[in-house]
Amino acid sequence: MKHVLESVESQFEMFQILNEDGKIVNKDDMPDLSDDELKELMRRMVYTRVLDQRSIALNRQGRLGFYAPTAGQEASQLGSQFALEEEDFLLPGYRDVPQLIWQGLPLYQAFLFSRGHFHGNQMPEGVHAVSPQIIIGAQYVQTAGVALGIKKRGKKAVAVTYTGDGGTSQGDFYEGINFAGAYKAPALFFVQNNYFAISVPVEKQTNAKTLAQKAVAAGIEGVQVDGMDVLAVYAVTKAARERAINGEGPMLIETLTYRYGPHTMAGDDPTRYRTDDLDNEWEKKDPLVRFRKFLEEKDLWSEEDENKVIEEAKDEIKKAIKQADEYPKQKVTDFIGNMFEELPSHLQEQMEEYKEKESK
Amino acid sequence: MAQMTMIQAITDALRTELKNDENVLVFGEDVGQNGGVFRATEGLQDEFGEERVFDTPLAESGIGGLSIGLGLQGYRPVPEIQFFGFVYEVMDSISGQMARMRYRSGGSHHSPITIRSPFGGGVHTPELHADSLEGLIAQQPGIKVVIPSSPYDAKGLLISAIRDNDPVLFLEHMKLYRSFRGEVPEEDYTIELGKAEVKREGTDVTLISYGAMVHASLKAAEELEEKGVSAEVVDLRTVSPLDVDTIIESVKKTNRVVVVQEAQRQAGIAANVISEIQERAILHLEAPVLRVTAPDTVYSFSAAEEVWLPNHQDIIEKVDQVINF
Repeated sequence: MKHVLESVESQFEMFQILNEDGKIVNKDDMPDLSDDELKELMRRMVYTRVLDQRSIALNRQGRLGFYAPTAGQEASQLGSQFALEEEDFLLPGYRDVPQLIWQGLPLYQAFLFSRGHFHGNQMPEGVHAVSPQIIIGAQYVQTAGVALGIKKRGKKAVAVTYTGDGGTSQGDFYEGINFAGAYKAPALFFVQNNYFAISVPVEKQTNAKTLAQKAVAAGIEGVQVDGMDVLAVYAVTKAARERAINGEGPMLIETLTYRYGPHTMAGDDPTRYRTDDLDNEWEKKDPLVRFRKFLEEKDLWSEEDENKVIEEAKDEIKKAIKQADEYPKQKVTDFIGNMFEELPSHLQEQMEEYKEKESK
Repeated sequence: MAQMTMIQAITDALRTELKNDENVLVFGEDVGQNGGVFRATEGLQDEFGEERVFDTPLAESGIGGLSIGLGLQGYRPVPEIQFFGFVYEVMDSISGQMARMRYRSGGSHHSPITIRSPFGGGVHTPELHADSLEGLIAQQPGIKVVIPSSPYDAKGLLISAIRDNDPVLFLEHMKLYRSFRGEVPEEDYTIELGKAEVKREGTDVTLISYGAMVHASLKAAEELEEKGVSAEVVDLRTVSPLDVDTIIESVKKTNRVVVVQEAQRQAGIAANVISEIQERAILHLEAPVLRVTAPDTVYSFSAAEEVWLPNHQDIIEKVDQVINF
């Protein structure tokens, strides 16, 4: 009997382009991006970092609702989204609001989503996405379906989904990648491994050394990528997308990343399960610091550029919050009407009751 | 008009809609070349190709998710869950996801999915095949639950379900698949979802039922007639949402009611029916509304299911009680 685990695991090596000092370590795989595109990537990461800081502050002031912090995961989230096209279909997890925003969801709607207003989930024309999934793994099985639909329609597009390290323990994780594999459907399955599923460390999720290797069981390609390296994430996503569109099947992409903040703003205290040393170790890998060094070296980024983005972000966030404040209040009678295409009689009765209740 | 069994009527409905709408996709475990374990999809893959009628890997949650995703791409999925006792594996996709799609997305997405699934007792299955679990899904807002009792209804209701732009659970009682034939038009026709049918007119008592218990109720009504009791039989056909109008109309006519379900007593469809009756027509009642149900155990070991399952004698006993109250 031959034992293969060790030899399989040893083949999953972290893919990287920029090291922690912003130096290119893998010239061959350097993506073909123009200077403007490189700057745009940086702009988006800075903008999203500001959005995270402001969102946390707004949450503490009671001006936002449910919020899952994103700082630390910018390269993983935005590097992957940057490789997508408008026709691609996004099925995000609850921490993946930035990808939705850069895919076209207006900022004020993202705030309404946080506040529990259904307009935050109403995708505008041209934004092919569903709202962030709350059930861990449910988006994975749906992605297999969207991808199969895309394939049947003959579209040149992919279905893209995200979960975390904890998500890979769910049955739906395996069912999703296995279905997509069986149908050779154009799907990109991201696992943003930030090492903690709320508090449970990844070592307690699985005996697998990498999460990418879980692809092997489903007979699909898997890759592990430095999730703090925006160029690496972009390059891998771009290649996976091309592959999928060419009919070569889905891919599982594990991004190694870290969330600096708590799991959500609803009372999680990371000091109960993470050490300062670990936080510091990961902050040295910070995706913004690394990419800034790379761009500064090429003379593509300055403090002035950075400040301009920060001001722009703050200004747009302020406007979006105002727009969210001014948006009509969520009413029960709005969503009674959304239960079915045609309202059955019991809901018609209940609609009348709630019209009266809401008129008081 | 053709004489068909219920399973033939179901195949006919699937064929009709596969022809009518190229977005209709039929899939599930063994539904391809094998034609389904009950042959509901017999010949459909040959006729419409593997693009339209296909096998899935063996995973119910995956089938649910696949349906939702295909729905998001504009398809009209008709997945089969091989036995409804396996629903626990796909509860999130049904109740947590597709039933909430229109609501969650503020109407920007919907799930035009019809889940077909066999269920029902009396055919000596192993565990978790025969359970009446319609109540689980009937408790979930955003999805309709349809249970036909005849070949004619099965075809018309299934076509309506497939054309519906919201999710529908279509439950097929295994005992009814081949136990009798009925007239079924070869052309397409629909039966409105959410509408009950008075299967037999009567004046002394109303028997409200669905699925296989409609036949037990009809048999009870025949015997009752010999005893001089005129029983009206209402077939709910859709158990969620309920056709309250038809129920109340019959209650007002007979003033006495027995509700019959194959499911266990606790928290079921019958309880819902009775709540509606007492809220809307209590002054029309001459006696308490009684229920005929299975007992509140887990579904019977098959060696005892003939006793465990409600039958027409149980119904007659309850009718005696409401008549002689």
